[in-house]
Amino acid sequence: MKFVDEFRNKEIAEGLIQRIQKTSTRPIQLMEVCGTHTVSIFRYGIKSLLPEQIGLLSGPGCPVCVTPNNDIDLAIALSRQKDVMIVTFGDMMRVPGSTSSLLKEKAGGGDIRIIYSSLEALKIAKENFGKKVVFLAIGFETTSPTIAVAILRAKEEKLHNLFFLNSQKRVPPALIALLQSKQVKIDGFILPGHVSTILGTKPYQFISKEFGRPAVITGFEPLDILQGIWMLIKQIEENRAAIEIQYRRIVHEEGNPTALSKIYEVFEEDEGNWRGLGLIANSGYRFKESYRQMDVRNFDVEVERSREHPECLCGEVLQGIKSPLECRLFKKVCHPENPIGPCMVSIEGTCHTYFKYQ
Amino acid sequence: MCLGIPGKVIEIEKNVATVDVGGVLRDISLDLCQDVSVGEYVLIHTGFAIQKVDEEEAKETLDLLRQLAEAI
Repeated sequence: MKFVDEFRNKEIAEGLIQRIQKTSTRPIQLMEVCGTHTVSIFRYGIKSLLPEQIGLLSGPGCPVCVTPNNDIDLAIALSRQKDVMIVTFGDMMRVPGSTSSLLKEKAGGGDIRIIYSSLEALKIAKENFGKKVVFLAIGFETTSPTIAVAILRAKEEKLHNLFFLNSQKRVPPALIALLQSKQVKIDGFILPGHVSTILGTKPYQFISKEFGRPAVITGFEPLDILQGIWMLIKQIEENRAAIEIQYRRIVHEEGNPTALSKIYEVFEEDEGNWRGLGLIANSGYRFKESYRQMDVRNFDVEVERSREHPECLCGEVLQGIKSPLECRLFKKVCHPENPIGPCMVSIEGTCHTYFKYQ
Repeated sequence: MCLGIPGKVIEIEKNVATVDVGGVLRDISLDLCQDVSVGEYVLIHTGFAIQKVDEEEAKETLDLLRQLAEAI
């Protein structure tokens, strides 16, 4: 078993679609929180296979997309310092800040490098003692433990030239904000499989207990998604609301306690600033006292006043309020070659996915 | 960003595993997922194993899916 092809079986998919059609009796709107789910849903044409009364909304689950402009502007300002090198995951290079992007800064001579893993940031810092190496640390709970490991190792190895621009986010508080929103109606959540690999089910209990909505932790192959949708419809039709796991081959009730302990060794929860959703209590992290020397926000650097393109709907798209198709810029001015907002940059961004598959 | 891919563990040395991902070998960290043996599959995210893949659960899910699809 390779755990991929088996979950792409056409005959089983057809049977599941029939079962969904048979089970569904009323119009509902489900939100897939994760951008990787959005990509799979479009890639496999899942939307078009579902009964019309089942709506799928794309959520804010793209770390690149929810990184606010002022953090991108800070990274850009830092990259202009002679003694600073920026290391970042590739997707962040093209995200437009207020007036520039890291890609433009690199073309202009800025020392900016793409890394695949947080551990590469350690290696680069060791090889460049003359530079302050700043890791643009973005991501959800899937990525945060890997960043925490890099921070722990940097401290252990007394690496004094590695710093972090921490813009990480916690998913569950964002779901509270969405459930409290009056602008979007969500009957159930397709919860992110890999964030939940770390979190388990406990941090999501409020969805069913306080808001009476069902949620299913779901994998990313087409059969996973179809089964997740069917499990949600079944709960709704039976007037139940529970947090269930479809992605059982990976996700356990308790999550990954080792990974969680790494996060909380280094960080404590703090307010997080999300593009589109704004400030959300406990949706971000701040460094614990003993790691604060690695926080780049201690640097004295002048950052331009942040502003966004007035017509970009990325903020509304991230909340499921608007579809990219409602944006005047979509496909006309804004496309992957010339992204106006981050939702068109990231391969998980809703606008990018609509552009590619719609 | 939260992309994770399964890979088969070929070799383990201290805290690093060599995994086979579709025929390509790569080294990953086991800092976040330590109880792993050669021959098992792990889920890989940005150079780290973040969870073991449970083969029994995968089989059970596929059996359930087949039953759901056939019983229509």
